Amino acid sequence: MTALSATRGVAARLPARRYLIALALAVWAAGWALLRGHDTFALGGAELTPLHGALNEAMDAVDDSRNSNPLFLYFINYIRLFIDQAVTAVQALISQPALGRPVPVLGWLGVTGLATAVALLYGNRKVALLTAAGFLSFGALGLWQESMDTLALTLTAVALSLAVGIPLGIWAGLSDRFNRLVTPVLDFMQTMPTFVYLAPLTLFFLIGPASATVATMIYAIPPAIRITAHGIRQVSSDTLEAGTSLGATPAQALRHVRLPMAKQTIIVGVNQTIMAALSMATIAALIDAPGLGQTVLKALQTLDVGTAFNAGLAIVIMAVVLDRVTSAASRRVEVQRRAGRLRTTRGRRLEVAGVLGVAGVLAYLSYTYVWAAEFPVAANAGPYVRRAADAASQWVQDSLVAYTDAVKNLLTNQFLNRLEALLTGTPWWLVTIVAVVLALLVGSVRAALVTAAGLLLLVLLGLWQDSMVTLASTIVATVLVMLLGVVAGVWIGRSDRADTVLRPVLDAGQTMPAFVYLVPILGLFGATRFTAIIAAVVFAAPVAIKLVAEGIRGVSPTTVEAATSAGASTWQLISKVQLPMARSAVTLAASQGLIYVLSMVVVGGLVGAGALGYDVVAGFSQHQLRGKGLAAGLAIVVLGIVLDRVMRAATQRADVAAHGGPHHK
Amino acid sequence: MTAPSVAERSAPDTDVPPILSVRELWKVFGPKAESVVGSSLSRKELKEQSGCVAAVRDVSFEVRRGEVFVVMGLSGSGKSTLVRCLTRLIEPTAGEILLDGEDVRKADERRLRELRRHRMAMVFQHFGLLPHRCVLDNVAFGLEIRGVAKQDRYARAREVVGLVGLNGFENSYPDQLSGGMQQRVGLARALAADPEVLLFDEPFSALDPLIRREMQNEVIRLHQEVGKTMIFITHDLSEALKLGDRILIMRDGEVVQVGTPDQVVGAPADDYVRDFVSDVPRSHVLTLRWVMRPPQPGEPLDGPELGPDVVIRDAVHAVLSAERPVRVTDGGQLLGVVTSAEILEVIAGKAEG
Amino acid sequence: MNDTGRFSARDTQEDQVAVTRSGKVRVAALVTGAGLLLTACGGAKVGETGGTASAGGSKGCGTFNLAVNPWVGYEANAAVIAHVAEKQLGCKVVKKDLKEEVAWQGFATGEVDAIVENWAHDDLKKKYIDDQKVAVSAGPTGNKGVIGWYVAPWMAKKYPDITDGKNLNKYASLFKTSESDGKGQLLDGDPSFVTNDAALVKNLKLDYKVVYAGSETALITAFRQSEKQQKPVIGYFYEPQWFLSEVKLVKVNLPPYTEGCDADPAKVACDYPPYELDKIVSKKFADSGSPAYTLVKNFTWTNDDQNLVAKYIAEDKMSADEAAAKWVADNPDKVKAWLPTS
Ligand SMILES: Nc1ncnc2c1ncn2[C@@H]1O[C@H](COP(=O)(O)OP(=O)(O)OP(=O)(O)O)[C@@H](O)[C@H]1O
Ligand SMILES: [Mg+2]
Repeated sequence: MTALSATRGVAARLPARRYLIALALAVWAAGWALLRGHDTFALGGAELTPLHGALNEAMDAVDDSRNSNPLFLYFINYIRLFIDQAVTAVQALISQPALGRPVPVLGWLGVTGLATAVALLYGNRKVALLTAAGFLSFGALGLWQESMDTLALTLTAVALSLAVGIPLGIWAGLSDRFNRLVTPVLDFMQTMPTFVYLAPLTLFFLIGPASATVATMIYAIPPAIRITAHGIRQVSSDTLEAGTSLGATPAQALRHVRLPMAKQTIIVGVNQTIMAALSMATIAALIDAPGLGQTVLKALQTLDVGTAFNAGLAIVIMAVVLDRVTSAASRRVEVQRRAGRLRTTRGRRLEVAGVLGVAGVLAYLSYTYVWAAEFPVAANAGPYVRRAADAASQWVQDSLVAYTDAVKNLLTNQFLNRLEALLTGTPWWLVTIVAVVLALLVGSVRAALVTAAGLLLLVLLGLWQDSMVTLASTIVATVLVMLLGVVAGVWIGRSDRADTVLRPVLDAGQTMPAFVYLVPILGLFGATRFTAIIAAVVFAAPVAIKLVAEGIRGVSPTTVEAATSAGASTWQLISKVQLPMARSAVTLAASQGLIYVLSMVVVGGLVGAGALGYDVVAGFSQHQLRGKGLAAGLAIVVLGIVLDRVMRAATQRADVAAHGGPHHK
Repeated sequence: MTAPSVAERSAPDTDVPPILSVRELWKVFGPKAESVVGSSLSRKELKEQSGCVAAVRDVSFEVRRGEVFVVMGLSGSGKSTLVRCLTRLIEPTAGEILLDGEDVRKADERRLRELRRHRMAMVFQHFGLLPHRCVLDNVAFGLEIRGVAKQDRYARAREVVGLVGLNGFENSYPDQLSGGMQQRVGLARALAADPEVLLFDEPFSALDPLIRREMQNEVIRLHQEVGKTMIFITHDLSEALKLGDRILIMRDGEVVQVGTPDQVVGAPADDYVRDFVSDVPRSHVLTLRWVMRPPQPGEPLDGPELGPDVVIRDAVHAVLSAERPVRVTDGGQLLGVVTSAEILEVIAGKAEG
Repeated sequence: MNDTGRFSARDTQEDQVAVTRSGKVRVAALVTGAGLLLTACGGAKVGETGGTASAGGSKGCGTFNLAVNPWVGYEANAAVIAHVAEKQLGCKVVKKDLKEEVAWQGFATGEVDAIVENWAHDDLKKKYIDDQKVAVSAGPTGNKGVIGWYVAPWMAKKYPDITDGKNLNKYASLFKTSESDGKGQLLDGDPSFVTNDAALVKNLKLDYKVVYAGSETALITAFRQSEKQQKPVIGYFYEPQWFLSEVKLVKVNLPPYTEGCDADPAKVACDYPPYELDKIVSKKFADSGSPAYTLVKNFTWTNDDQNLVAKYIAEDKMSADEAAAKWVADNPDKVKAWLPTS
């Protein structure tokens, strides 16, 4: 702390920081010109360092201890059994033949009825309609059973994630120490590529639902914990103090004050958990998770864009339905209260009984009659969707390729190649020194320390050069994401019409499995780093856009009014009032955008990005590259943590500068 | 002009033991807070040397049963910290707090909760209402957490809601109420527990002047109806003078003066207080006691009679319309006389000699 | 949460009465509607119309866990074997969609009985066959694997001498891309295969840079676009592969493979060896005496056979089972030879 304030003092006394930054960059450029190619640690695709070999052996040793280690014998086995049973039970209910019948307990009519009933009871009429339409469309796309398999797995994983995540989130919200402890773990869970642990997971949880569920949970728990903790933390201290002054015990304060006041935020966490879980549907299919992911992967083997799109569409629809229903549920009480029609217990009970009664009848029908159990084949519109998607993909690839090639070459040669040359061509020590100095100048001492440790770790991992290649692409992708995020975010934040039109597109971008659009973008941009960047931008931009839009909308109308009355033009309003006031949202958008971009590094490896992404993919596919794959996964985590910490320190510094002094934590 | 001594004024009812007595209370924020206790450095020096903020330093006072005790001072003078120390919402660094003779600082968790639940309740500047509960549930909250049965707590809550004039709003939610109404809910919540002492931390400073006046009157009315002891924090002097039986003035964490409104106005302890009260219309606060003078020989002593505690403003008409000096008497004993000269001097605002 | 409702003021109570009343009406309407629906509809009941849940399990075959690796050629093998095992041997076949590494692990955990198209994987063989002894080889599939560098047919036609590796440097500038640092781009393959390409480029002194396409999808798309747009692409590919029946890629000949010329991966300067694709089964399965094991062991067919089934799946969009049924119906003699003799 004293060191921090000391350097802050020093930094303030130094001549304008920007000159120092420029100087550091100049030193870097000069170093590149003079020392190009020295100490750059180039390592070929199949080459290994001793560390990679050691990691390989370590992983083998863990594998082999499977049958002797009590942790596995007594702990993991029981978890596996429990999860297997849970998934199988849900599957028996909605997706797989059960009870000696050729069909599951509930057919399409029953499931649709029940889902609609839940949406009606916890949401509102609009989302109930959406739910009914969404579920029917699963059947209409010819993917009823696949959709139900995905739903079963997702719901189980989400339920378990919440059962673990919400209590931990509450803990992290209450205890600073636990929060500090758990944050890096969550960073790790969110940025470590799934491919790295997918294969080992099947050794412990075996091939089947348990492994798929655990893999999904690893990715889906962090948002539940983080957002719950955030909700618990942001409860106004005034209200809490009022509770304490009345003599509330800590438990009472939690139950009556914190939890109810954080409820809305926690539901946002539930929502994000669902989205994260759904985004794992395709990857989990690599270890035999049933459902839509299988359809997508199978289609990819024959480059069948239509079929992949069809299944991807079902995933998007599922995501949108689940998203809208949970959001509506979070607003429900609020909305009813405002409308002044909070029901009596009795009225509500009658309503519940009525709706559930009807759903029960539908469920009974679907249990008993074939027509209600199996979705009518005649209603299958899947082939049309497939053909349309095929045609569209074909047309795009054939007619746009001339332009896209030019765009790709321009951006690659002008920006990406230069940045990459600078990062990979300069000696590692010079890059490290410059990066540390920059972190110190734009951020803090802590950020500089993290940077130093992180970059040295990359060297130790034996993946310096690959890391720098990935870093270059990551930076370019994040910059593109933020450009898009700010432009589209401001637009959406200012116009409700744009919001209505674009939101479904954003949802689709976020939830459509990347595997679906890999073929068309490969056709357009070839197997290149640029293709990987595009895939990352498609996935990450929606989050950034949504967050920025949220921030713009959050700017107090009074301030906007004041600026307008002072005669500000639209442009001035945006650049001088709305964006600066939404700065924290923009920062959040940048850090989330970055995490999303990093989570696409592996997908990038599948389409020509090479470097760390490819190392991970190869490690997943080739036994002798397992250790290197693990190292590459770690390198991705390191990159994520370093970039995130520097970015946070930089915004904190900007905040301090803006508020004219350090603010207390 | 001779000012009456403080001892003379605060003489009445000292024989009743105080309900709350605070002795040498310190609250220091920062590292190694204990070591700062007793220091005589100024706040600024302290901050520079140790990084600590002494928000409350060496504060002692007593509050009598049924009294409205006002604490006032500029922003940052430590009022909120002081009042929070009383129920240990902020843990004091040193000193003694006796509630009816019981040392609050020695109470364990459980005892402290008992104390907060039954004996002292607080009203907050920013209300601190629970947005997800309706008015009735907010008011009943204190009773709920101490385990009162639903029937009983709602009955009591209704009663208190009526008392603060919120009838008909039981099922509204805080964000559907105006600021003044929200603070009534805060007040009702504090009253619901039927505590012995009510603490107010600048309860009306977030409200507009008209509502504020209305709420002040409400407090006066409640005080008359329920007769609770109140400790009232404000930075608004007119509010302090209007409500306070006695006023404690703080600066930089220290007590500058404790006294009745007319003592504070009539005999400011130092320039800080003098500055504070300089804008107050003195005739509204001072009593005849403060302006009377001994009768001069030969003066006719058959003028009208008034008590020494009559506020000057109320005596103006009588004095100016009387042809002879007005006699100030207490129980038949002549204390002094007042003529239009003295009255006009006060009204014209002549600086005190 | 709603207990507050009971204490509502007079006017809201009136509202609630209204709500409750309309609620009752609605419930009544819904229930009668549902009742009508119940009586009005009939139709076949579940379980009445044939289609019992499980067909297999008879004749002592039991459950047969078949790994399905993610490429179409493998799926063709698996489809035909599964079809025969189910229909002619009465086994209950459980197909598991797995990547190779995970499939091999399945031998150790007892969850996989057979892998029916294996490309070398000497390291996995060492681990699971030699060291852990949980798996055994079940002989070749009859398919010959070829790995090498390929170009699209239009290139072979336009530049006939390109198929000789010695001439590659002459064409290096054709293959320049944004990824290749001014050299020619050699598109490397699917990460599932161990490649020597980087060493080959170096040792054959080629003016090329290896670029990792990263997936079969990326490779196929690149070749498809190459043929369609007449865009020069050279890259790693392999046979048998269904895509070759869409675009007949032409192999570029490198210095021919001789026994041991690839012994030191860093010094390799010859073409890839021909692969004998084989089948691997778990030890447990081999010892079980299951007829399915005999089927797997006896199963062999030609590249043309596999290509045909793969074409049914990839281009004619048949389901794997339909494709297998069609091929089995057309080739009863070949199938007969695989069946247990008893
Ligand atoms: N938690 C804390 N940590 C450090 N310093 C604090 C803390 N709380 C209060 N202080 C400091 O203690 C001093 C007194 O603060 P306090 O809030 O009691 O003042 P106040 O008289 O209530 O002012 P206001 O009228 O603005 O409410 C201030 O200088 C403040 O900065
Ligand atoms: Mg205060």
